Amino acid sequence: MKNKADVVVIGGGVVGNSIAFNLAKEGVKDVVVLEKEYLTSGASGRCGAGIRQQWGTEMNCRLAKASMDIFENINEELGVDRDIELKQGGYLLLAYSEKEIEQFRKNIKLQNSLDIPSREISLEEVKEIVPYINLDGVVGATYCPTDGHANPFYTTIAYAEAAEKLGVEINTYTEALDIKVENGKIKGVETNKGFIETETVVNAAGDFAKEVGKMAGIEIPVRPERHEIMVTEKVNPLQKPMVMSFSYDIYCQQTPDGSFIMGYGPEDPPESHSRKSSWYFMEKMAHKTTKLLPKLEELRVIRQWAGSYTMTPDSQPIIDGSEDVDGFYMAVGFSGHGFMMSPMTGKIIAKMITGKEAPIDLDLTLKRFERGNLILEPSVV
Amino acid sequence: MKEDTIVCRCEDITLGELRKMIKEGYTTLDEIKRISRLGMGPCQGDTCLQIAAREIANITGKDLSEIKMPTSRPPKTGIKLKELAGEYKDEE
Repeated sequence: MKNKADVVVIGGGVVGNSIAFNLAKEGVKDVVVLEKEYLTSGASGRCGAGIRQQWGTEMNCRLAKASMDIFENINEELGVDRDIELKQGGYLLLAYSEKEIEQFRKNIKLQNSLDIPSREISLEEVKEIVPYINLDGVVGATYCPTDGHANPFYTTIAYAEAAEKLGVEINTYTEALDIKVENGKIKGVETNKGFIETETVVNAAGDFAKEVGKMAGIEIPVRPERHEIMVTEKVNPLQKPMVMSFSYDIYCQQTPDGSFIMGYGPEDPPESHSRKSSWYFMEKMAHKTTKLLPKLEELRVIRQWAGSYTMTPDSQPIIDGSEDVDGFYMAVGFSGHGFMMSPMTGKIIAKMITGKEAPIDLDLTLKRFERGNLILEPSVV
Repeated sequence: MKEDTIVCRCEDITLGELRKMIKEGYTTLDEIKRISRLGMGPCQGDTCLQIAAREIANITGKDLSEIKMPTSRPPKTGIKLKELAGEYKDEE
């Protein structure tokens, strides 16, 4: 392992690897990634693998749209030949009340103003897209045909391989233990394999973002919570879009390899790094799915697991350089949506560190939580 | 064993492909599982994980007991959604 680096990225998930690749692409020489387990061992490898652009805040819309543009051309972008299994079968969002469809209409206006091709569709159209869906209680729906899925393992590995080709050093099973700060400036990172001298650190530590912030003396108001998920055996292509509802609380999508991935958000989960799955989840998930998508009832569940959402107070990420500690950058608090926003996040952080102009307008600073007047993201499962 | 012997029957991974991954530096079962889907099929890794562990041990020179098994994920065998849904009671 190098004992000196221009930038140390803490976190070997998709966000960390995207940042490392983009830094190298911007010409930064010695970039080192630290990952305490294996690549994708945290939220990246545990997520629902969906890519959605139908958001309710401008920042999330911008990040998601720009990221999808990159996903669509990822091989060209990275210069590596790896199929990330991108499937753009759309996201179908179901509303169960007038209030909910009103919110969706506002969201669509915003999305369309940012070139996201979403639209409200009739219940007849919903039936055309997913013929076996049970529309009891559904009052309206929206659809964005370019939303979809990609394989988070392959995406992360693709970024890592591209980064390594450009000279980035990726250290797995290497844990950041402490960050040395002197007079408000980063001096280095202590790891379980030795000290790395550096003036720049990026916190891309996922659900450990708060702990890594503390190492540099920075309070980051994020809260990790456990979310569960499960997957079925593979079957022939049956369902084109991700079917999702915030009020019914579900998402369910068929991946290109044929399996169905599904999850729902827990009610009032405690703050926790737990990655344990529960039997209760599997039963409730099955109940929800078979009610909404009865045709899937014959499918066998083959695996369940859990991972962390790292929530911020407004459910939007923090993509920022610290005002208090020089050289400390953050790409954290994605609130369950880091994978789908990772391509653009890497670009933004790399431009920020190299002092270049931001590729898109963003205001996702850490200080916004002190100022208040938060704009809350309404659309989270 | 021949290089084209299938070692993971759920995901059609050959011994040759497995050895190639290990030689590329993916020397833990957790990593191999995620880059190849080995062990993620309906058999839950019952056949392939032992074979893969032995290959890692052979190639890296480690003792078999040092090769960590990935987390075993429920259910042990596939269960139909309708059977699981039938067990659901509305309480947490």
